[in-house]
Amino acid sequence: MTGMNPTIVFLLSPFLAALLSPVLVRIMGANAAWLLALIPAGIFAHLLGYVPSVAEGEAATMGVVWAPSLGVNLSYFLDGLSLTFALLISGIGTLIILYAGGYLKGHAQHGRFLAFLFLFMGSMIGVVTADNLIALFIYWELTSITSFLLIGFDHNRMASRRAALQALVVTGGGGLALLAGVVVLHLVTGMNELSLVLNSGDVLRESPFYLLAFWLVIGGAFTKSAQFPFHFWLPNAMEAPTPVSAYLHSATMVKAGVYLLMRMNPVLGDTLVWQTVLPVFGTATLVIGTLLAIRQTDLKLMLAYTTVASLGLLVSLTGFGNEKAIEAAVYYLVAHALFKGALFMVAGLIDHEAGTRDIRALGGLRSAMPLTFAAAALASLSMAGLPPFIGFMAKEEIYAAIARADAWSVAITLFTIIGNALMLVIAAAVAIRPFLGEAKETPKHAHEGPVLMWLGPVVLATLGLVSAIVAHTTNHLFVSPMAGAVAGAEVDAHAAIAFHIGLPLALSVVTIALGIAVFCFLPQARFAMAKVLHRIGWGPDTGFDQFISGLVSLSTLITRFLQNGRMEAYMTTVFLIFGVAIWYGLIRYGEFPEFPQFVTPTFYEAGIFLLAVLGLAAVIYAHDRLTAIVSLGIQGFAVAVIFILFGAPDLSFTQFMVETLSVVILALVMTRLILDKTDHRPFGERFFDTAVALIAGSGFLLLLLAVLQVPFDPALSDFFTAYSRVVAHGRNIVNVIIVDFRGLDTMGEIAVVMIAGLGIIALIRVKARRPRAEAEQ
Amino acid sequence: MEVYLAILVGIFFTVSIYLLLSKYVIRVLLGVAVLGNAVNLLIFTAGRLTREVPPIIPAGLQVPVDPTANPLPQALILTAIVISFSFFAFLLVLGYRSFQDLHTDDTDSMRFAEPVDEPAPPRGY
Repeated sequence: MTGMNPTIVFLLSPFLAALLSPVLVRIMGANAAWLLALIPAGIFAHLLGYVPSVAEGEAATMGVVWAPSLGVNLSYFLDGLSLTFALLISGIGTLIILYAGGYLKGHAQHGRFLAFLFLFMGSMIGVVTADNLIALFIYWELTSITSFLLIGFDHNRMASRRAALQALVVTGGGGLALLAGVVVLHLVTGMNELSLVLNSGDVLRESPFYLLAFWLVIGGAFTKSAQFPFHFWLPNAMEAPTPVSAYLHSATMVKAGVYLLMRMNPVLGDTLVWQTVLPVFGTATLVIGTLLAIRQTDLKLMLAYTTVASLGLLVSLTGFGNEKAIEAAVYYLVAHALFKGALFMVAGLIDHEAGTRDIRALGGLRSAMPLTFAAAALASLSMAGLPPFIGFMAKEEIYAAIARADAWSVAITLFTIIGNALMLVIAAAVAIRPFLGEAKETPKHAHEGPVLMWLGPVVLATLGLVSAIVAHTTNHLFVSPMAGAVAGAEVDAHAAIAFHIGLPLALSVVTIALGIAVFCFLPQARFAMAKVLHRIGWGPDTGFDQFISGLVSLSTLITRFLQNGRMEAYMTTVFLIFGVAIWYGLIRYGEFPEFPQFVTPTFYEAGIFLLAVLGLAAVIYAHDRLTAIVSLGIQGFAVAVIFILFGAPDLSFTQFMVETLSVVILALVMTRLILDKTDHRPFGERFFDTAVALIAGSGFLLLLLAVLQVPFDPALSDFFTAYSRVVAHGRNIVNVIIVDFRGLDTMGEIAVVMIAGLGIIALIRVKARRPRAEAEQ
Repeated sequence: MEVYLAILVGIFFTVSIYLLLSKYVIRVLLGVAVLGNAVNLLIFTAGRLTREVPPIIPAGLQVPVDPTANPLPQALILTAIVISFSFFAFLLVLGYRSFQDLHTDDTDSMRFAEPVDEPAPPRGY
């Protein structure tokens, strides 16, 4: 850590923007977006300043000490990986803020929406730049919470609420796994900072806790990045307004899991389990995601399922196990953020201007929305993996990395080809169906959207082209440093858009041919998929409902059992646990008191003990309640006599007074009630209650005997005895303690008595007033 | 000597807990009264016993000459007696009032706050 740094202010500035945006929107309306977008733009510009030094392989760390005793710091770490991510988040964030300004123009909660978006932006930048493990976890959870708020933004709709809750449960659950994971990382390496953990070499891989750390990190990453079988929350999250889908659920947040895997690759990767689990789940997610995408007709849902698929591809590449694959993952990650962000914004534009997102109801929008069409076309070409776009470069790199001769690679390659071909189908459908063909009647009369809204998709789609054309610069400044950080070694990326005749190109051609073939039969393919899914009938989404319903049933059951409304049961539980706890403690730690020595008491002492016991017995066995009350007086007076026998006259007087009063008022109240005379407990219950009382009571006895057998420490008593006269000028030491040394306690005691008295008056007066109130009615 | 008092404390606790486990408010109240004495005797005994010499400094002296009873537990218990009495009085009136409104002192029949047929929580979102 190098102390406070202006960059930290930039990294935290979105939180400030979140505070400002409701106020600004109230003053300026939708135009506040122009002003607010300056904040992410400022972050982007500031971070660009780090690009040259990071490209040279330097990493910057900075931060402030937070809770040093816990090893928690607010520290940041900028290397190739985190810088590229942070640039994507702030850059796309700028465009999204503008887009959101136009999209929700006039919405009553526009300011709140922008505030949520900024909160998310700050959290997400934190996730990718955090150096401290705990800070990483906190930011990670903040993205889950802000995602919850944004998905549930339209909280009047049940579907929104369900989707929001689902996303929170799935990603929040994964977050808990991650917390456990970072604790394991910390315990194994002894480090708190990621930058240090990453330099720990093989410590983690050789640790017996490697598998534990691996699965916990996977649990966090797979839920966040919607890997099968946790993919279902992401399409449901499309309930959110489109700016959220474009930003959180395609370009940034869902990539947090991929970020985590990439980040951990140098220390957790390069093992058999890593190179098996990641490609298997990633490829499964890729294929399942694209198959489910084919089935959809809603533009946003089609895109959402391809996002799931793309995340699968990224996970698979990260775990494939060679540097080339990592390089390909980096290309694809950047390409995907650009084209998918653009396409989501396009989908939102179409929805906003034409009033529907159903591709069956859309057509011929090209002349009404030329700019949108241009952006959609450019982004789709990149998504389809056609030259000269960055998507093409990414795909070439992917095939170059995974097309190997062994059976494992062949299988992965085959599935990847299928996934990529289907991805091309969706890209074509999204770009062609709404824009080309005959113009269709849409719910709204379509025309080009406002500049706030088309700016984002146009810029992102163009960047997909530009970054490929200046491939040399892209490689040098972004891809090589990022791939180097992921691989943990220097990487020199040199992909270009120029054709290289070879296996990758051949596979690309196969992919394109397959994709075009499927596209021609898209309606049939959709119908077939729908039929298959109908046949299966159950999915993790239904499973989630069953899980929640089961959870509610279970907690109802437990609540009904524990909080059953019977005071008797509560009391039994309390005292049983109390007794068992004392006994268990004594047995477990061998603290049983030794058998005590009995000395003969004087006859009056013995007599008074006997009297107390008789009083107690009479309370229990009394045949009517009045006898019980009088017997209560007997044991109370016996206690008072015990006090006076052992040198406590003050206690004795008070006890006499209090016992007398208790018996008198108890008798007064009881005679006013018409009550059953005796205890009705049936024998079994009586036996059980006696057992509980004996366990707890004997526990107290043993505890007291154990206490009496340790040496007595008279320090406090000696202090009061020594200073009672000298300092407080009183001869009755007990009184001096009460009114002087512990005077404040006594004031508290008086307050308690007063409050109890007020309570009693209130209780009685409530009753007195009721008949009058009823009479008035 | 403490042993006898310890046994007495055990008996006090057992009786008080047995009474507290009853369904009837009035017996629970008796249990509360006994519990107060049980706790006070526990503190008293834990502070060790001295026969018949109260912690009072003879006139004209700065400190007592002979060993006296331990003053600290006495001060604690004096506070405790008063508080447990006001607590007892409040509970008594509460029980009395609940009997007037609910016409029973059987806690099993007092289901006003936690009704027996409470509906299950909703399953939706």
